[in-house]
Amino acid sequence: MIKLYIDNQPVEVPANTSILDAGRGVGIKIPTLCFIENFEAKGACRVCLVEVKGAKNLVAACSTTVLEGMEIFTNSKTVRDSRRFVVEMLLSEHNGDCKTCLRNDDCELRQLASEMGINVLEFEGEPAPQNIDDSTPALIRDSGKCIKCRRCVTICNEVQGVGALFPQGRGFYSSIGPSFAENLAAVACVQCGQCAAICPVGAIIEKDHIAGVWQAIDNPSKHVIVQTAPAIRAALGECFGYEPGTLVTGKMVSALRRLGFDKVFDTNFGADLTIVEEGTELLHRLKKALVDKQPVALPQFTSCSPGWINFVEFYYPDFLENLSTCKSPQQMFGAIAKTYYAEKIGKRPEDIVVVSVMPCTAKKYEAQRPEMSHNGIRDVDYVLTTRELGRMIKQAGIDFRSLPDSKMDSPLGISSGAADIFANTGGVMEAAIRTVYEIVTGRPLPTNQLHIEPLMGLDGLKKATLKIEGTLPEWQFLEGIELKVGVAHSLTNAVRIIDAVKKGEEFHFIEVMTCPGGCIGGGGQPRFTTNEVRKKRIAAIYQEDEGKTLRKSHENPDIKQLYAEFLGKPLGEKSHQLLHTHYKAKENLKPT
Amino acid sequence: MAAEDNKNQQALATDEEILTYVDHLIAECREKPGIVIPLLQITQKKYGYLPEPALRKISHELHIPYSEVAGIVGFYAYFSIQAKGKNVVRVCQGTACHVLGGNEVFAAVKKELKIDVGETTPDGQFSLAVGRCFGACGMAPVIMVNGEMIQQVKPSQIKRILRKYKK
Repeated sequence: MIKLYIDNQPVEVPANTSILDAGRGVGIKIPTLCFIENFEAKGACRVCLVEVKGAKNLVAACSTTVLEGMEIFTNSKTVRDSRRFVVEMLLSEHNGDCKTCLRNDDCELRQLASEMGINVLEFEGEPAPQNIDDSTPALIRDSGKCIKCRRCVTICNEVQGVGALFPQGRGFYSSIGPSFAENLAAVACVQCGQCAAICPVGAIIEKDHIAGVWQAIDNPSKHVIVQTAPAIRAALGECFGYEPGTLVTGKMVSALRRLGFDKVFDTNFGADLTIVEEGTELLHRLKKALVDKQPVALPQFTSCSPGWINFVEFYYPDFLENLSTCKSPQQMFGAIAKTYYAEKIGKRPEDIVVVSVMPCTAKKYEAQRPEMSHNGIRDVDYVLTTRELGRMIKQAGIDFRSLPDSKMDSPLGISSGAADIFANTGGVMEAAIRTVYEIVTGRPLPTNQLHIEPLMGLDGLKKATLKIEGTLPEWQFLEGIELKVGVAHSLTNAVRIIDAVKKGEEFHFIEVMTCPGGCIGGGGQPRFTTNEVRKKRIAAIYQEDEGKTLRKSHENPDIKQLYAEFLGKPLGEKSHQLLHTHYKAKENLKPT
Repeated sequence: MAAEDNKNQQALATDEEILTYVDHLIAECREKPGIVIPLLQITQKKYGYLPEPALRKISHELHIPYSEVAGIVGFYAYFSIQAKGKNVVRVCQGTACHVLGGNEVFAAVKKELKIDVGETTPDGQFSLAVGRCFGACGMAPVIMVNGEMIQQVKPSQIKRILRKYKK
């Protein structure tokens, strides 16, 4: 342990602790605009300057480790003046207008300026060159607002392994972006939006669909329905001052009704449907391999996460056949809404507008894929992120905190707890196993609370083996088999598991979620998602799951009814038309 | 200046030739740390600029995102991704040349060639670059064409000087 003093307070921390972390440990907040927990400090923004007794210059607290006997001052006049100067310099070239900036309520630069009492711009510098890149369906980048903190570079390279973003050029004219200032759409960006979720300012934001949604709601000839992804209910509250991990399902439903949606449904319904289709697909693949002895792509990979799909299409086309052919819950929901539900209520599909609320920016990309339509009609028309829904609720003047709880509409609003856990890493796999195990053995999964412990938590790569015993006659070929499953979240971990598969490690089924922690940590979630926030949101999701009597997708009565009245059977002809698709290698994009 | 002479012969290299060359280079040094910048230097020396296929190859083989390779190339003024013309004109912008009318000379060259710094004329004859003092301040203002120094240049002479190099 190292003993030192911060602002005359004795502090004891392990060796190699940064001054920033040592300060945080004793409640001394040292501001920073570039630091991200668990990553090597870049020292890029220079806002975290502190004074070290005996040192010639001020040092950056994030990238300086503590030494025995150090005396650090975080609140001297020199420190205050210097930090203020740094922020003033950043502001002098910050080419943005706070009055109309999407980030004006959670911009870290503006907040810091406000905390420092900067109310006059002392320096009128040349504004940074403004290039707007709105080439992708998901994201907008604005180089004028960028403060070059490089957080997005760290996330894109070290968490996602995509490497679409890097500093280009030099000095004042440098910019953060793809090679030689290309647009994002030209390169193999997966559009996960983790960059937008970590950006301290308004330099990377989601493409806003709010105007389109209002227009649909205001059009009396349209029947506008909304679906919310499982991860929204555990995060939307944060837009209204609730602690991370506060479940706001009931208030969310009330808010959506007040916004004017004709029906409030649940992506969870799509998730339950996905499990029935995807679980059956897995069993079919296993049968093909074990009984028919035919070549079949195993392990099967989940296909719910559109950033992951983009990643496979570009970087691992050899594994395209391993992707489940199931559309994602968002798209399954849309497809069913515009066929089965449309018939039920006697509307033409073109008169129904499906709005999704997703924790994700890549869902905006997914919704406009040509594969995601039927007879030329898109499954999903608009995709709002959790943040956009928060803004819409505020625009409508709804006092979210005082809303009563209400329930989703039927028939696309009932869901199992298995659908809830689609929100977090390990959840899709657990949901699938709850159903597959029961289909095969006729008995419920014999684990505590139906959970699969090794697949829970934030480890990047998780594995479990499940011995199948006591099979029903139809599934006898699986008797005694050890079902091997894997779970990865964030794309660097996806690469690790693909490498393991390539090296011959046996898996039957692998879940991949693009974002760290799964959808609860998606690129469209309220800022800022730290590991602590992830854990709290995950705990909320399990709480939602465990609080339901309906815990397994195949027991959802509305799903049963959907099969009885419309789809026939899982993987049947109608399912193939509406709920399944195939992906192709993305050959037109340039490597990042 | 040998690099530029070399470039004249290599300017028409095909993508295939470039890839073979870079492949061969990488094979020799793949495991060495910090090899990217030397690779870029050698490649630029060979071709006079950094052709895209070469940069893609370096990115792919060394498992470095292309955005990062591009970031390195863009950081150093020395690197160029533009194919150079047959003749490289450098106009000195050092202090002495500046004081003695270097700016007017620069303007005259730009006007004559109708290109800006870092660009190449559409006929592939000339590229324009900035020089930062050639050590001939006594003869200012100076320009350099393909390594040949031309001294005490007047804007009115530019047309005649450049005509000599056009083939």
